[in-house]
Amino acid sequence: MARLDRNIFISAAILGLFGVLGAALVSLTWTATAERIALNQQQAFLRNVYKLIDKSEIDNDLLKDVITLHDSSLAKTDVKVYRARRQGKPVALIFSPVQGPGYASPINLMVGVRYDGVLGGVRVLSHMETPGLGDKIDEEKSDWILSFTGKSLGNPPADKWKVKKDGGVFDQFTGATITPRSIVATVKKVLEYYAREKENLFKKPAENIDEVPMH
Amino acid sequence: MSTSNREIIANGLWNNNQALVALLGLCPLLAVSNTLVNGLGLGLATTLVLVSSNATISFIRNWVRQEVRLPVFVLVIASFVTAVELAMNAWFHDLHKILGIFIPLIVTNCTIVGRAEAFASRNPVPQSMLDGLSMGMGFTLVLMTLGGLREFIGQGTILSGAHLMFGEAARSLSFSLGGDFHGLILAILPPGAFFGLGLLIALKHVIDKRNAARAASRVESVAAEATPAEG
Repeated sequence: MARLDRNIFISAAILGLFGVLGAALVSLTWTATAERIALNQQQAFLRNVYKLIDKSEIDNDLLKDVITLHDSSLAKTDVKVYRARRQGKPVALIFSPVQGPGYASPINLMVGVRYDGVLGGVRVLSHMETPGLGDKIDEEKSDWILSFTGKSLGNPPADKWKVKKDGGVFDQFTGATITPRSIVATVKKVLEYYAREKENLFKKPAENIDEVPMH
Repeated sequence: MSTSNREIIANGLWNNNQALVALLGLCPLLAVSNTLVNGLGLGLATTLVLVSSNATISFIRNWVRQEVRLPVFVLVIASFVTAVELAMNAWFHDLHKILGIFIPLIVTNCTIVGRAEAFASRNPVPQSMLDGLSMGMGFTLVLMTLGGLREFIGQGTILSGAHLMFGEAARSLSFSLGGDFHGLILAILPPGAFFGLGLLIALKHVIDKRNAARAASRVESVAAEATPAEG
């Protein structure tokens, strides 16, 4: 019996030793990379933002001027809003991520709305759409997503905020209508929400968010 | 049982190729081989883990007791994978984003525990590292071939997304057949991965058979003392 105890003890000690060594390796790597990873994520996020609203128009720290919206008329999940200002005056809002339904699974969008309600642009942050069909929403794959830039609720008129197949102005893709239809609807929702809540959105006190933005 | 370095390399790259012969690591192999660059990225990450884990396991092989061998292997491998994942996130951020869940999943790539158990726990450190490197490169080459094929057939490009790995300057490395080519979507979809892998395995068999036949005929001709075999 004593021998068995001893064996268990030795085995456990060896296993424990490797647990400690493994944890040490991981912690060391973590310490060496954590700062860089956070910086990467911020930069990747800002790179996307600056595609929608030019860098020169913004002089505040976007990542510190954030509010969170929980509104089912906008999206089923929480939406973060990053507020761009210049000399204290509102410039634009970055809604990110806005989750809309996709063909396969939800699509996460970043939507930039200028103060006057014109779209600075839209980008897809993540999606699982069918390669070759629905994935043309990706900026790397096609220019389709750029067609939102400069549009607003009056341009085109509200009843034309649809894909062409439904009588609107936005292109659909051959073989994939559901994906573009869903994105057009989601972007329209954001614009409508903005039209309703515009002043409020800029006035709300900024939250103290200490997390890295999704990009 | 010591194996010569030449044999170790030949086993890793061809004779006992983990993807084509052992059919291990199919999950990342099939999922990530949709472009050449993705395949290369995951292949290199896997190779790095294989070399590190083989070296460590070979180093400790004589004093880790048999009964806790496997848990220790898993601990070692999981630690290395986590470290590699963090490093990729720091230095190849965009590629890391695309490969996503498949980097942590290297932990469950059977190739790695397989080599730890079958080779590293029985051989000295240098040979084990060489084994890790060869097996890893063999796996990477299959991933790249499959990725390149699927990418070319599926979307008419080669090396698309090269900038994710080699920086913006490499963007011009990508080659595209042009906008009119829509490709055979099947190749990009999961079934395309199975078809592609099946074809590669068949191709390997054909080459092996042909080599065996040639070797056999050479032996015969030597035995019959006919004209010397020509190179």
